[in-house]
Amino acid sequence: MSDTHAESALATAFVRKDMLPEREPPVAEKGAVKWLRENLFSSVLNSILTVLSVFVIYWVLSHVLGWIFYGIWDADSLTQCREIRDERYGEGMEVACWAVLTDRWDQLTFGFYPSELYWRPVLALILFLGAIAPVLYAELPRKLLAFTAASPFILYWLLWGGSIWGPIAVAAGFIIAWLVFKTAVPIIGQLGAIIATVVVPILYWMFLAGPLAGVIDGILPIGIEYVPSDDFGGFMLAFVIGIAGIILSLPLGVVLALGRQSDLFIINKFSVIFIEVIRGVPLIVWLFTASLLLNYFLPPGTNFDLMLRVIIMVTLFSSAYIAEVVRGGLAALPRGQYEGADSLGLDYWQSMRLIILPQALKISIPGIVSTFIGLFKDTTLVVFIGLLDPIGFSNAIRASTDWNGVYWELFIFIGLCFFISCYSMSRYSQYLERKLRTDHR
Amino acid sequence: MTDATAEAREIDRSQMTVSDEVAIEIRNMNKWYGTFHVLRDINLTVNRGERIVICGPSGSGKSTLIRCINALEEHQQGSITVDGTLLSNDLKNIDKIRSEVGMVFQHFNLFPHLTILENCTLAPIWVRKTPKKEAEETAMYFLNKVKIPEQADKYPGQLSGGQQQRVAIARSLCMRPRIMLFDEPTSALDPEMIKEVLDTMIQLAEEGMTMLCVTHEMGFARQVANRVIFMDAGQIVEQNEPEEFFNNPQSDRTKLFLSQILGH
Repeated sequence: MSDTHAESALATAFVRKDMLPEREPPVAEKGAVKWLRENLFSSVLNSILTVLSVFVIYWVLSHVLGWIFYGIWDADSLTQCREIRDERYGEGMEVACWAVLTDRWDQLTFGFYPSELYWRPVLALILFLGAIAPVLYAELPRKLLAFTAASPFILYWLLWGGSIWGPIAVAAGFIIAWLVFKTAVPIIGQLGAIIATVVVPILYWMFLAGPLAGVIDGILPIGIEYVPSDDFGGFMLAFVIGIAGIILSLPLGVVLALGRQSDLFIINKFSVIFIEVIRGVPLIVWLFTASLLLNYFLPPGTNFDLMLRVIIMVTLFSSAYIAEVVRGGLAALPRGQYEGADSLGLDYWQSMRLIILPQALKISIPGIVSTFIGLFKDTTLVVFIGLLDPIGFSNAIRASTDWNGVYWELFIFIGLCFFISCYSMSRYSQYLERKLRTDHR
Repeated sequence: MTDATAEAREIDRSQMTVSDEVAIEIRNMNKWYGTFHVLRDINLTVNRGERIVICGPSGSGKSTLIRCINALEEHQQGSITVDGTLLSNDLKNIDKIRSEVGMVFQHFNLFPHLTILENCTLAPIWVRKTPKKEAEETAMYFLNKVKIPEQADKYPGQLSGGQQQRVAIARSLCMRPRIMLFDEPTSALDPEMIKEVLDTMIQLAEEGMTMLCVTHEMGFARQVANRVIFMDAGQIVEQNEPEEFFNNPQSDRTKLFLSQILGH
């Protein structure tokens, strides 16, 4: 460095004439060398631990990888599997018997769904991915959202089949709700309109939608083969319950969170009681309620589909959690955001939709996704009320004479499928958080 | 206190005329937080075009007073009339008054998830139902005016405090308010940035905007205000023209306050 500034006798007086240029850090402080030194060999003890760990990892992998990759894929039963193994690798070698998956693949994925109709759930899955895409990726054209809005009814029809008028009659309930809200606000005010918007469509669905669909179907029958819920099983069942629960619980949870913050006494207390009661009781109790107790309360003769009941229970359950997560997000926003929106003359719904919720939901993303992941895994609990989800089927498969004694292969596969689904959700939420970060860029 | 603005530029007072028309009328207004009596018998008439500076020690109720004017705080007694509209509990009425009265906050309160331009166009589009293109033109006009048009596509988090506060002023102006409220607009700013915000406010005053400003910038008060109000313990203790107020304060409380804030 040039040392042009005079070495003054007065040490405190100093004037910098040249600004210092930026320099690279020393070699040992960057790149792979630095990483190795800091993370693996920072001290003698750490070096020993590193060597030991490498050895343990090698030992585990050398056993597990062989078990996985030498696995047998084509056999009709466990006995046959073992014969093939002994023939191929000699006595004493343990390998996986993946043949259980190939042999029972249809059951694990579709349950007892009629095999000639497998195209319907597959098409439903493809349509679902198409419908969810514009929600997940804001870059896609907004017009696709119209398809997203219609997709629940299309997907329901594809999966269960039957007359097309059923789903249409249900969809009409939402249009009725919208019309009620539009016409009621000027007449009976905000609160009354909200109550009417909830009550009228429910009455319609309970008493009018069914007969209406029946009448229209009598005149103009359009439909595909009906598949009852009892035939649903395996991953298809888990995905239908999980996805329906996730999609329905988010809006419900947001509404509950807003309700809990509301100044309106009835709405506030209703939200609080709902959240606390639903959240305070184990999901398994609610599932038993759905499968057993509900029958006592419903009018005799009503055939309220068990799977539908389970979906409703799972939705209500996780919406209570979502509500609390979103409330955390709402509380984390500075008061100034509410005041900023208010001071510009935005009304309540505008300020919520445009200012408060976008930010509160962004803060709540990790919590919301955690709840979703929890919900998705909790779908395995339906095995206790007799629905045959993948766990239910694995029990049934192991009970058969062919596959009695197979444990690891089934549970590893089921675990892997759940892990892939849940990890994808987690990765997506991290992508979303990064994308929505607008501060300190 | 920064008195830098005083010599910085000549103030054009030609537009700064006060009309006889009443902009804000506050009558016997009282407010309590629980049992704490924050505002006591406030009577205040603001004419159109008037620039009023409100000062006083912290906790004296000055911020609460101007927040009552656009109903960010509820008052329990007395009446507030803004632009001929009596402030009531009706939400429509409150939203209408809020859309006519611009407010600038100490901490800017910009919306961090929206760009500067979106911050400015949001309220015109949703409250005034202005077409997007027109709202954007208006926004660019006011962003030009506060001298940061080049930041339009950035997010608030990428701007300095002074720039953010100028955006906040532009955002309020986009609603074409007839009255502007300032709640300590420079208190959260670094000293270097106070001037750019004060300059923007002076410019607004020169254009004849009705302004109520809670601030401790006494240089600004001297230059721009045509009335200075001193509040303490929830009441208006003294009000006068700036020259008289600063040179010849009457009440002991005012004298003490002025000696404390000007005395260094």
